[in-house]
Amino acid sequence: MSAGFNGRGIWAIYKFEMARFKRTLVQSLVTPVITTSLYFVVFGSAIGSRITEVGGVSYGAFIVPGLIMLTLFTESLSNASFGIYFPKFTGTIYELLSAPVSSAEIMLGYVGAAATKSVLLGLVILATAALFVPLHVLHPLWMAGFLLLTAVNFSLFGFIIGIWARSFEQLQFIPMLIITPLTFLGGAFYSINMLPDVWRTVTLFNPVVYLISGFRWSFYGTADVQVGISTTLSLAFTAICLVSIAWIFRTGYRLKN
Amino acid sequence: MTSAPALEISGLGKTYAGGLQALRDVSLRIDSGEIFALLGPNGAGKTTLINIVCGIVTGTAGTVTAGGHDIVRESRAARRLIGLVPQELHTDAFESVWATVNFSRELFGLRPDTAVVEKLLRTLSLWEKRKDRIMTLSGGMKRRVMIAKALAHEPKILFLDEPTAGVDVELRRDMWQLVRGLRAQGVTIILTTHYIDEAEEMADRVGVINKGELILVEEKHTLMRKLGRRELTVQLQQSLSILPASLAGVPGLTLQASGAQLRYVFESHDENTDIPDLLQKLAASNIGYKDLHTGQSSLEDIFVDLVHRPVESRQ
Repeated sequence: MSAGFNGRGIWAIYKFEMARFKRTLVQSLVTPVITTSLYFVVFGSAIGSRITEVGGVSYGAFIVPGLIMLTLFTESLSNASFGIYFPKFTGTIYELLSAPVSSAEIMLGYVGAAATKSVLLGLVILATAALFVPLHVLHPLWMAGFLLLTAVNFSLFGFIIGIWARSFEQLQFIPMLIITPLTFLGGAFYSINMLPDVWRTVTLFNPVVYLISGFRWSFYGTADVQVGISTTLSLAFTAICLVSIAWIFRTGYRLKN
Repeated sequence: MTSAPALEISGLGKTYAGGLQALRDVSLRIDSGEIFALLGPNGAGKTTLINIVCGIVTGTAGTVTAGGHDIVRESRAARRLIGLVPQELHTDAFESVWATVNFSRELFGLRPDTAVVEKLLRTLSLWEKRKDRIMTLSGGMKRRVMIAKALAHEPKILFLDEPTAGVDVELRRDMWQLVRGLRAQGVTIILTTHYIDEAEEMADRVGVINKGELILVEEKHTLMRKLGRRELTVQLQQSLSILPASLAGVPGLTLQASGAQLRYVFESHDENTDIPDLLQKLAASNIGYKDLHTGQSSLEDIFVDLVHRPVESRQ
């Protein structure tokens, strides 16, 4: 795309996506609230009565950052992948490809809207969690930063999945079969320090560990891995996604031709 | 100093990854305010050509400029000039008509303008449906929505890819009226159609594309004069079993309808037809006739002839 900037085009895509969110507002907000409440009942109450504290934090409070991350991952992936996949599926992608909007602008519109929805949901879950356990956020700016960075990262990743997918089955494949298991095995409901050494080492290859650990550190000041490593890896993930998207639009991979 | 053509295509080619050559060395110039009809059988490359110009497909050879702007190097400027109504009914389902048309306008970088959108929706008989979700509209109404979306950013060049495929007579008539109105405003229109009478009715020039090659571009009337044929049909008073010897040698003359009529075919551009001579021969042979009828081959006849004729005989 030639030089220039089509801010109005970005805004149009953003508004279009947010309108979709509004149309399904009840489903979008109520579902995660109920799910989070269930997690608190199952993990917080049932297991929490046996594991009273992890790293000096009550078990109920300990799982809050992991629960928020779990929703951020799934909602960001789902919103962004569906957002770009649906125009491909219905054929309305022709309008985006023929409009004077650059690949970066299209990405900003879709990823911006998906990340916005995820951050809103993250905050709703945080508020829901506060009904169950007393919460104290030690580093609120870091918490906001991790929240935003994770929402953006997984929205970028979801955007790539949406372009890659050729069917609804493929659209669900990575979130269901890769991300959800990695999240559950990434310390969302436990500290990896509770694992035997061998499994702890294996777990360190799971990138989700670093995201959850960093986010939990912003709440309680304790982490399974150093916060600097978490931040670096998150930013590296952002860079990988951006490079991949730039390549997709330059080559037209699964969009053109 | 001459102004830039609305569209200039030079040596355009498209070969897909699988090896299919969809377009071969297509060159074409379309002037501002022109209505150009691109004809060709299914799979000829019409939609590929349109999609490359609009930025939906990447060409593998050649260049295209729209209003003097290269569609790759100056894509923003080029795309702002172009509106596209694709062949398939690609619409959102849950958006309202009003929202989707405004979305299209803003996507092209223009500020919302309720007056422009209202005028557009009224012109396309969509105003009463503006609050309706697109999924509730009929196929014809969805087609109108797609036209409204393509015109929302007030393009100078409009591509209509099979605009009247599967639409009712009323919409077809409205579409023709709309096209004429747009042309009066100086909009250049490039349409592909399977209804060749549509091209005959609307177009200033006609291009014929077949197997990825642009095999002919001609002013419509010139094309019909050069390549068309005329025919004379003579209704006989009494049927003949065979052509009499005096008529057997006349080129283009055949006996038809179980001997009840004679059909004489000759080239449109042939000034010296043998009609008077033929009529004299009929009189000399005591063959009476009760009616005469002359006709001209349609653009459809010419088109069918062109795409089925061997390449070397098209000149």
